[in-house]
Parts: sequence; structure tokens; C-alpha cells
Amino acid sequence: MAKIPVQFRLNGSDRAAFVGPSDNLLTLLRRGLNDFGPKYGCGQGTCGTCTVLVDGDLQLSCLTLAATCEGKHVETVSGMAEGPVLHPLQQAFMDHFAAQCGFCTPGMLTAAKALLTANPNPTRAEVIDGISGNICRCTGYDAIIEAILAAARGGQATRAY
Amino acid sequence: MPFEFRTASTLSDAAGLIAGDRSARLLSGGTLIMRDINEGRLTDGLILRIVDPAYRQISLSGRVELGAGVTMAAILKRRELAYLHAPAQAIGGPAVRNMASIGGNLFAETPYGDFTVALLALDAQVMVMQGLGAPRAVPLEEFLAGRSRGGQGLVTAVQFAPPQNAADFRFRKVSRVKPKGLAVLTIAAHLPMSGGRVSGARVAFGAMAPVPMRAKAVERVLEGKALDAAAITAARAAAAEGIRPVTDAIASEWYRREVLPVHLARLLSGQD
Repeated sequence: MAKIPVQFRLNGSDRAAFVGPSDNLLTLLRRGLNDFGPKYGCGQGTCGTCTVLVDGDLQLSCLTLAATCEGKHVETVSGMAEGPVLHPLQQAFMDHFAAQCGFCTPGMLTAAKALLTANPNPTRAEVIDGISGNICRCTGYDAIIEAILAAARGGQATRAY
Repeated sequence: MPFEFRTASTLSDAAGLIAGDRSARLLSGGTLIMRDINEGRLTDGLILRIVDPAYRQISLSGRVELGAGVTMAAILKRRELAYLHAPAQAIGGPAVRNMASIGGNLFAETPYGDFTVALLALDAQVMVMQGLGAPRAVPLEEFLAGRSRGGQGLVTAVQFAPPQNAADFRFRKVSRVKPKGLAVLTIAAHLPMSGGRVSGARVAFGAMAPVPMRAKAVERVLEGKALDAAAITAARAAAAEGIRPVTDAIASEWYRREVLPVHLARLLSGQD
């Protein structure tokens, strides 16, 4: 199978790889570039755990053809922390117990980051819409919603757990 | 034959490639084709991407023309298209809305395809380019009737006259999970009013047949009537005519038949 060269930025670093013509971006990230942040869940765009940012837009990496990422900037959950310093959303997820098994967390954090970038002070309903493409089977969502609201308010908790 | 990936820089290049290669699949937003690849339903052939800016263009002078590659998110950014915000918002979550295109939605299998239901109620025409030459306008209903046969050519855009009054256009998607869920059913209605009476009713249903369908019996009973209790009762009675809903994981055929008149009446009476 003919391999296609792709060059793009991944979390701020220039990367290059050869991809197959039907490879999706998630496969490229996980198998080709060892970025195990985004997860493979459903492969059909339902669960959202493979969510990444492509040129700042939220996208599902399992439904993104890798060959179309030439020249793009891809951001994954792996790029959120700066060294040992967690992103405020990551800290809020910890503070609010917003992860249990953690499988949805990469997508939840990425969707939350996109939401707060576009809308730094969302309402609860806007948070619910912002993560509506991401399924969590553990938390019942409430802790995740509280964590995102808290991160938007600079980390203050709205209630005690 | 394995997969091949190509990029077409113009719409006519893409139409030529599609006409010359029966294996060609157009990658628009990717939400349908990549799923078919991931699940092994599509195993070979040409994957074609279009980078022509015309493919993603929105034109609002006179008739509205939306390039087939226009995404749901792009529609949600345009205040002039506010009447289409409810159907665009009904598609997936934010990531899917950034990817999914209106052209792709025309091909989405039931119970997907909610945006197409809205386009059907707007009497949209599909612009189809078959090989070389200018695109030909095909009524959406005709396009959907021939969809399963395939080979119709390249969908370049959809066109429609915008509603004179945005309040005349109504949309309702019923799903069990909110805010994102598959359709139990979808209803779109364009009910222009003239002297307090409906003039030129267009009503469309999703998830009520293998492809989005016009509810012609409902249109007939509403035409020329005020939207009062009697007209809504008549519309309820006419709702089931011609429907062929399926049983799937979301709802049974029986359930879809039972709740359609209820939701149609709520839509017509302006209830939430």
C-alpha cells in the first residue's frame, strides 16, 4: 500500500510520518507517534474519547483521515500540562473527582478546553452541550460539569464533596 | 484493490474523478466514510477530498446556496441562517458539528440525517455535477428517492429560498438522550402564513421512512387553514399517511407511529 508523507505540528512540535491512505489520525497518533493520550473507544464518532483539536477546532481523531492533517496543528490531551504543572482543567478534574476509570477523560478535557477557549464563562447548560459528544459511563457527569465550571471560575469549588 | 487517497483542487476535477471511478468515495466531513472504514464496511477504492473553496462557500444573496462541504458549525456561526440553527445543533456533539457537512447529511442513513429533514421542508434543490459541465438542480425529494442507487454524480451544493419569516420555519428532533441522541423522529415544517392562513405548507419527517420524507397528507390538510385546534386535529389524523418507520435500538415501529401525531401537534401549536 502506497504510504503518504504527512508533516504537521503535534502539541507544538513538528512531526513527520508516513501514513496509509485510509489511516485515521488516532491510529497515527497512538501507533505512529506514541501519543497515547487520545483513546480508541467506538471508532464511529459516538463516544468522544479520541477527541483532539485540529487547528483549534474540536474533532474526532478516529474519524479524521490522517493524510488530511498535512500542515495542520493537532493538539491532544498530552499537551495540556506544562511539564509537572497541570492545566487548570486537569487540576479541577482531580479536585472534583471528575475521573473514575479515566477512559473518557482525554476527550472530556479536550472538549472542555475547546469550550473554555471559545466561551470562558459558560453556563451549566453550555458546559453540558460542550461535552455532549463525550460519553462517561462512571461519573454520571455531575462531577465533570462541576470541575469545568470550577476551572472557568479560576478553580473555586461550588460545593463540597 | 487497496485504498488510494487523492485531493481534487476544483469541483469539476472531483466530478470527473467520480464519474471515471465507480469505487470513488468523497471524503467531506468524514463522519460517515471514516466510520465505514473503521468498521470494515469500506475496504478499498479511491478516497477523494475536495479543497476548492466553493465547496465550503455560503452564499446568501437571493436564494441561499450552501456548498456541500459547509459544516454544521459553519451554519451555527451565521446569524442570517438562524432558522437552520436548530437542525444544525441537532447533529452530534461539538466535534461532529465541526466535521459533519450538509452534503454528507444528504447521504446519512436513517435515523441520522436530521438536517436533510429541514432542507426537505425548505423545498431545497441539490446541485449535482455529473462528469463535465455545469451542476444540474435536482429536487431534494427526487435526489433522496434515487440515493440508494448511487452514481448520481458529485453533490456540489444545496439551494433554497429562505423563509420570508423565520418564525414560519419550525423544527423538532425527538431523542431519548439529551442534548445529543439519535432521532426517535424528526419533524420540520415551513408554514408561510398569508392573511392568517397557511399558504405553501411544507412538512417533512425523519426516521419515518428509509429516507427523509415529505408529509404530503399533513401539508394538504393544513393548506389554506388557520393554525387552529381544528387544523391541528386534522394534521394529527393525517400524520401517519405514507409513513414506514423502522424498529431499531432507539424505538420500535409501533412507538414511532404512536408518538408522531403527538409531536406533530406540539410542533404546530408551538409547544415545547
